[in-house]
Amino acid sequence: MTQKYENPVVELLFQLADDDYLFSYRGSEWLGLAPHIEEDVAFSSITQDTMGHATVYYRLLEGLGLGVADTLAHMRPATERKNSILVERPNGEGVYMETPRYDWAYAVARSYIYTTAKKIKIDSLKSSSDQSLAEAAVKISMELYYHLLHWKTWFVQLFNSTEDARNRMTKALEKVIADCGDLFSYGDAATEITNASLIESEQVLLNRWTEYVKPVFETIKVAVPTFGKPERNGRNGEHTKELQDAINTMSEVYRTDLTAAW
Amino acid sequence: MTAVDTKDRIYQVLDTIKDPEIDTVSVLDLGMVEQVEIDGQHVTIKMLPTFSGCPALNIIQGNIERAVKTVENVDSVEVQFIFNPPWTSDRITEKGKEGLKQFGIAPPPKYLEEDGSWHVNCPYCNSEYVTMENLFGPTACRSILYCKSCKNPFEAMKPISTLM
Ligand SMILES: [Zn+2]
Repeated sequence: MTQKYENPVVELLFQLADDDYLFSYRGSEWLGLAPHIEEDVAFSSITQDTMGHATVYYRLLEGLGLGVADTLAHMRPATERKNSILVERPNGEGVYMETPRYDWAYAVARSYIYTTAKKIKIDSLKSSSDQSLAEAAVKISMELYYHLLHWKTWFVQLFNSTEDARNRMTKALEKVIADCGDLFSYGDAATEITNASLIESEQVLLNRWTEYVKPVFETIKVAVPTFGKPERNGRNGEHTKELQDAINTMSEVYRTDLTAAW
Repeated sequence: MTAVDTKDRIYQVLDTIKDPEIDTVSVLDLGMVEQVEIDGQHVTIKMLPTFSGCPALNIIQGNIERAVKTVENVDSVEVQFIFNPPWTSDRITEKGKEGLKQFGIAPPPKYLEEDGSWHVNCPYCNSEYVTMENLFGPTACRSILYCKSCKNPFEAMKPISTLM
């Protein structure tokens, strides 16, 4: 199991940073594979923004003396990662360098759920007791606006499209929801994080998320899903094997020359 | 030179530092420069990033440090990117808007509709008859549109506002 940091800001920053780092990595694997060229442009733009958000958090950690941002991003093994299980899951069968058989319905469902959850967290972080984190949240929020618009459009359109599309989306959403147990969790650091008023409690955010997505779920005539207890809690460093594979691929270039300026 | 002169000179130099992807607008035109502080021979420049993941930021930083160092009475330069105040698209100056148009990019709209949608005119013929092709363009800060009047595709700077 992973180390728990004394300072709750550090705990929370690692959770936020690792979430966006992995989500962005999974997005980048779609490059050149999206259903059409406009989507390829849009998805990679969102992915780039998201890596920017991860960078913001890693730099805040660097400012707190935790090490160089790039090293924090690329060199920490899976056992030290605090991202949720949802973002580490592969995009589907195969690898992007060979014969990827990725599932677009899964990409849309995961992106919509992840992005709406991120929106709820970011809004709460705007009133964080940590001034730097609150300022970063204001910045990220403005970019997130476009991501939300994008994924909501896909999510609703595919659900309300053909029977085949609806079936695939239903299956994909089930798969996504099964991994959401730790999405709003702060792991073992929950009490310290909320006591320090860094962000509101897990339950408050979860309730707010449910309210937030309700109109969209009404449009697609699906009940708002509820998240179960996590089988593994990524916030405590409990992960799947796929996480280490993802980190290895993502950091491969960085590890070839640790002294280079990228 | 007095400190005031030095500051003026630094701003003149900053006006020559272009966006690496849009060479008709400077970092001043884009409203990215928040503060220039002079402490003896040391200059600190506080900048606001347009988009947090913008890959041009490192290039801009390097260009500014190199250029400002050449100013008389300046020994060392430090560029800091800060988030407060957040950069918003209404910080782009009138000169900046003209520069964007020259490049074929519509400046960001001044107003957002109640539902968050927005409208810009064609940067080539000023027509209102345009359609949104892709909210996401070749860089994080731009969208792709199409003008039905002059039949040109064009880009627009996305509006970025704290109301979003
Ligand atoms: Zn036109």
